[in-house]
Amino acid sequence: MLTRIARHGFALVATVLLGALLSAILVRLAPGFDADEEELDPHLNAQSVQALRQVRLEQHNIFRFYFHSLERAVHGDLGTSISLGQPVTTLLRQRAPLTLRLVSIGLLLSWAVAMGLALSAAGLRVAAYDALTTAISGAFLCIPAAVLALLSVLWNVPGALAIGLIVFPNVYRYARNLLAKAYSLPHIITARAKGVGELRILFWHVVPVVAPQLLAVAGISVSIAVGAAIPVEALCGLPGLGQLAWQAALARDLPLLMNITILVTLVTLLANSSADVIGQMLRGQEA
Amino acid sequence: MRIFRINLWRTLACAVLLLVVSLSLAANWLAPGGYAKQYREVADAPPSRAHWLGTDEIGRDRFARVLYGTRISLLLAPAAALLSTLMAALVGGLAGYLGGAWSRIAMAVTDLFLSLPWLFLLITVRALMPLNVSPLVSVVVTFLMLGLLGWTSAARVLCATAASVRDSDFVRQTRASGVRGGRLFWMHVLPNLTPVLYAQFWISIPVFILSEANLGILGLGVAEPMPSWGSLLKELEGLVSVGEEPWKFVPLLLLVIVVTSFQFVLSKPDEVAA
Repeated sequence: MLTRIARHGFALVATVLLGALLSAILVRLAPGFDADEEELDPHLNAQSVQALRQVRLEQHNIFRFYFHSLERAVHGDLGTSISLGQPVTTLLRQRAPLTLRLVSIGLLLSWAVAMGLALSAAGLRVAAYDALTTAISGAFLCIPAAVLALLSVLWNVPGALAIGLIVFPNVYRYARNLLAKAYSLPHIITARAKGVGELRILFWHVVPVVAPQLLAVAGISVSIAVGAAIPVEALCGLPGLGQLAWQAALARDLPLLMNITILVTLVTLLANSSADVIGQMLRGQEA
Repeated sequence: MRIFRINLWRTLACAVLLLVVSLSLAANWLAPGGYAKQYREVADAPPSRAHWLGTDEIGRDRFARVLYGTRISLLLAPAAALLSTLMAALVGGLAGYLGGAWSRIAMAVTDLFLSLPWLFLLITVRALMPLNVSPLVSVVVTFLMLGLLGWTSAARVLCATAASVRDSDFVRQTRASGVRGGRLFWMHVLPNLTPVLYAQFWISIPVFILSEANLGILGLGVAEPMPSWGSLLKELEGLVSVGEEPWKFVPLLLLVIVVTSFQFVLSKPDEVAA
């Protein structure tokens, strides 16, 4: 198990370093990197302009630029946002709590609804009810996330609920299929035939079978919820990381956008790795 | 009876898709005014005999824009899907076929892309490109980007399939009879990946349609005056209530119908029956 955790830890660090290198390359090669609006400031004398150009010149080598950025990042300096003129660290610290709250509540809501519907569909075994719940989740799956965000503004629905509605059909689809498969296993059919209670079947026989896969879905759902934060925050006017990323994209504020992307990658990787490790632990216990 | 019901739903879904594609292709005849012509005297007008879905705030015929937007979304999403499927075949198929370090490196890169939420990846890459491009270039850039970035999950599936084909008895026998390298891959492995490639191609289309819609609403998709479902849905931003101007929901309704039809065409028989 420790080896597995160490492997995940190594993968996380490697991904962040690789992601940062990729970001540095993209920022460096993006059109307009060499242009500096500061040079247009009439208060600057020739020497200051020359100094600014010298700094730019030093950034021409991608690897030097990368290691320089990495060195600053280790000391907590993620650079300055071009569009907002504020340190990226400050912006991330200000915006992250709201996104974290929205995504957490959204995930809780989506899982509660999806599991409630999937469990009731698998337990009731009524074809019409199953068709209805599948149709509801399918309908949400066919609506773009941004439209759900717009509708939530129209109906004064909280942003967290909009994120929940975006994540819900994805969770439901997997949960329904997993539960349907688990309930058709021979030992569960036998337990039912012997008159074992539904709750006992659920907690003693179904949950141990589906828990590792559901944990994997939980990891994926974090990624979907974080992605949903962009349209929800941008269109509902919620000042979180999603809105910040959208504003950075529109303003082509690449240093800010890249840092947000790396942070989001780290969060989703952490969620997926945790789900994987816990899933393995459960499988180990089962074996 | 069940098989008949499944086929009925699928046939219906195919018929709907065919109808929508035909209507969008007939846009030149159904809406001869074009998508950019402005009828300024009737700007922001409700539906009438002259303008079936009314006009937008600068007087463009909404029906024409829906037809042309449908054409752009429905023709370019499959093009992007084809590109992403080909890339997945190349990266995933080769990684699975070669195995070893190649497979590990290719899958590590794939995992890196997969760990990023799709919309984050799209807006990041879109921001790297100039935003003030011509409408036609914006269409190409949007769908090219979807195609170039959307291959990762398909590559994972193809890598696993190619690895199992590589280890199959007939490939071993072919290798033993002296066929190797590129010929073995092109003549024996790739044809066996075709069903997976076909499935991945069809799965990608609704994903790309929805992604384009999301990008369009966020202002990072197809540029004005070119219509697409994304840019048409952006109009919903100005609504005060749902019942106020229901005709503005027609592009959304069309998009939902098309994506639902794709879901029916693609879903497994047991899911359709449910």
